[in-house]
Amino acid sequence: MPESDYVTSMKNPSNIIEFDNLQTYFYTDAGTVKAVDGVSFDIPMGKTIGVVGESGCGKSVTSLSLMRLLQGPQGQIAGGQLRYNQISRKRAVDIAKIPIKEMQKIRGNEIAMIFQEPMTTLNPVFTIGSQIDECILMHNPKISRKEVKVHSVEMLKLVGIARAEGIYDSYPHELSGGMRQRVVIAMALSCNPQLIIADEPTTALDVTIQAQILDLLRGLKDKINASIMLITHDLGVVAEMADYVVVMYAGRIVEQGTADDIFNKPMHPYTIGLMKSKPVLNEQVERLYSIPGNVPNPINLPPHCYFKNRCEKCVEICSGVYPELIQVTSTHKVSCYLHAKPDMSKYRVIGGKRL
Amino acid sequence: MRQYIVRRLFISIIVLFGVSVMLYLLGRLTPGDYVTSITAGNPNITVEMQERMREVYGLDKGIVEGYLNWLWDALRGDFGLSFLYQKPVTEIIMRYVPITFTLAFSAMVFEILLAIPFGIIAARKQYSRTDYFIVAVALVGISLPSFFFAAILKRIFAIGLGVLPLSGMVNARAGYTGWARIADIGKHLVLPVTVFVVTGVGGLLRYVRTNMLEVLNADYVRTARAKGVPEYKVIGKHAFRNTLIPIVTMVGNMIPGLFSGAVITEGIFSLEGLGNIAIKAVQSGDIPYLMGFNMFIAVLTIIGTLISDILYAVVDPRVRYS
Ligand SMILES: Nc1ncnc2c1ncn2[C@@H]1O[C@H](COP(=O)(O)OP(=O)(O)O)[C@@H](O)[C@H]1O
Ligand SMILES: [Mg+2]
Repeated sequence: MPESDYVTSMKNPSNIIEFDNLQTYFYTDAGTVKAVDGVSFDIPMGKTIGVVGESGCGKSVTSLSLMRLLQGPQGQIAGGQLRYNQISRKRAVDIAKIPIKEMQKIRGNEIAMIFQEPMTTLNPVFTIGSQIDECILMHNPKISRKEVKVHSVEMLKLVGIARAEGIYDSYPHELSGGMRQRVVIAMALSCNPQLIIADEPTTALDVTIQAQILDLLRGLKDKINASIMLITHDLGVVAEMADYVVVMYAGRIVEQGTADDIFNKPMHPYTIGLMKSKPVLNEQVERLYSIPGNVPNPINLPPHCYFKNRCEKCVEICSGVYPELIQVTSTHKVSCYLHAKPDMSKYRVIGGKRL
Repeated sequence: MRQYIVRRLFISIIVLFGVSVMLYLLGRLTPGDYVTSITAGNPNITVEMQERMREVYGLDKGIVEGYLNWLWDALRGDFGLSFLYQKPVTEIIMRYVPITFTLAFSAMVFEILLAIPFGIIAARKQYSRTDYFIVAVALVGISLPSFFFAAILKRIFAIGLGVLPLSGMVNARAGYTGWARIADIGKHLVLPVTVFVVTGVGGLLRYVRTNMLEVLNADYVRTARAKGVPEYKVIGKHAFRNTLIPIVTMVGNMIPGLFSGAVITEGIFSLEGLGNIAIKAVQSGDIPYLMGFNMFIAVLTIIGTLISDILYAVVDPRVRYS
C-alpha cells in the first residue's frame, strides 16, 4: 500500500488523536451491529479524556478501533477517519487505513492499552518479566537483555510494586487482581507511549483496590506526559482525572465538553441520569439510582433519539429525527432537542456535517 | 512432584491388579478354550485326551487357582508359555514389539505433525473455505472404515500401480540384508501407516482446532497484539503455548488407542506384530499371551498418562502437584 493512502494531516496539530465520524460495525448473522456510529472527538496532547456511558454504549469498540484490535472478520471500521499525530515519524496517519505492519509498530510503543480484566489479560504461561520484556524488546531491538530487565523492574517499581525483582520472575496466577493490573499498567508504560488507553481499568477490582489503582493512575498522569483516554462507566473516576469528557450512548456521542462543562452544567438528560447514579463516597444512600430501562439493541436502532424511551424529559419533537449535535459553547456540545432553541437558524448546527 | 508420581505409581499398581483380574476372568469365561479350539474337527480326539491336554496347559484348574498361579509367576516376571507358540510370552513380546512400536509411533508422530499445523490453520481461518476443507477431510478420515480404506489403497498402489507391497513385512524372496532390508520394511509400512494416520488424525485435529479457537479469543492474545507483537508470533508463541496444554494431555491419552489401532491395522496388512498375534490368540484362546499382551498395553497406558501429567506441569505453570 502506498504511503499516500494512509498519510493524512491533523485538523489541529496540538491533538494526538482525532476521531472523525468513526463508524465501526459488526456484521453478524443477526444483522449489522452499529456499535459505533459517527463518533467524532479529539484527544489533545498531554490531556486526559474521559469516555463515559453505560455498558454496551460502544466505548470499548471505540478504543479497539483505535488499536485496530476489532474482532475480525465481523468487526470492521465502516467509515470515518482515525487521525493519529505520529510525532516519531513527523507525520499524521489515518489509523483506519494504515497497513497492519505499520500498526504493529504503533501498538504498545506509541499507543498502549490497559484492559478491563486483569485476571485474563496476562498470558498464564509466561512470567511477568518476560511479558514486559517482550514489549520493550519488540520496539527497541538494539537494547541488551540486561538493560531490558533493568528497565522492566524499574517499570514495576514505578507502578508501586515493592518486591519488583520477585514479581519479575512470578507467573500471573501468583498475583492478585490489583497486582496484575499494576503489571498491565507497567507493561503499557514500558515503551513510553504517546497515548494510553485505559478501558475500565478498575471495574473488575474490589473497591479498595479500585481506589489504589486510581491513585496510581492519577499519580502517573502527572509523572508522564502521555495523553490518556480513560474509559469508564463511573463518572466519579472521570471527575477526578479527566480534562475533557465524552458521553456516549448507543454508539453515538450525546454530550461532550470540558470536565467543568459536563460536571457543572450537564445538559443531556442521559448525562444528568448518569450523574445521579454516581455513587458518592461517605454517603449512605438507600438504593443507588439507576436510569430505568436499557440501552437499545444496536442492530435495530429507532429512527428517533435513542434515549427517548428512557428519558424523563422527552417532549413531542423527540419523536422526530435523531437530534443533531449542537454547539452550546466553544467547548460544550449536546445532542438533545431540549437545548435546541426554537429558532434553529441562530444556532450553529454541527451534526449532519459532523465537524 | 516426586510425591505425586509415587502416589500415582501406587494407584497404578492397584489398577493393574484389577485389570489383570478382569482380563483373566474374560479369558477363562469365553466359551471354547484353547484345547477345544485346536482339537475342533479332529474325530480321533477323545474326551480323555482333551482332559489330559487341559492338564498340560493348566486349564483344568479352577479360575481362582489359575489366576493366583498366573499372578504368582507374573510377579516374578514369568508370564508363562504361549499356548500357540510354545515360547515364553515375554520372548514373543520382545520379538514382535519393534514392528508394533514402529507402526504406532510413526503413526503418532505423523498424526501430531499433521493435526497441530492444520488444526491451527483451520482455527485461524474459521469458517473460511480452508477451514471447511480441512475439517471435511478430517471428518472423512474419521468416518472411513480402516479395512475399506486399506482395500482402496491396496487396489491403487499395490495392485494397480504396483509401487508398494500388498501386505506382509518383508519381501522374503528378495532376501535383503542390512539397510536394504530396513528400506524394504519401510516400504511395507507405508500403506499401514497411511491408513492408520488418515483414519486416526481427525480426532486430534479437531481437538487442536477447537482449543486454538478458544485460545485465539482469549484476552491475553489480544494483549499480545496490543503490545505490537506480530501475528506469526501471536499465534506461534502466545496462542500455541496455551493450546499445548490440552494437546499434551490428549497425546498421552492417545497411547492405548494407538495400540488397539495397531491390532486392526496389523491384521489388515498381515504384519507380524503384537496385534496380529493377539488376534490369533483371541481366536484360539491363548490365555498366557493375551494376559501378557494386555498387561503390556495397560502398563504403557499408565506410563502414557503419567507422562502427560508430567508434561502438563511442564507446559502449564499453574499446575503444581502436591
Ligand atoms: N465482537 C462483537 N460482535 C458483535 N457485537 C459486538 C462485538 N463486540 C461488541 N459488540 C457490540 O457492540 C456494542 C458496544 O460494545 P462495547 O463497545 O463493548 O460497549 P462498552 O461501552 O460497554 O464498552 C454492544 O452492543 C456489543 O454487543
Ligand atoms: Mg467495555
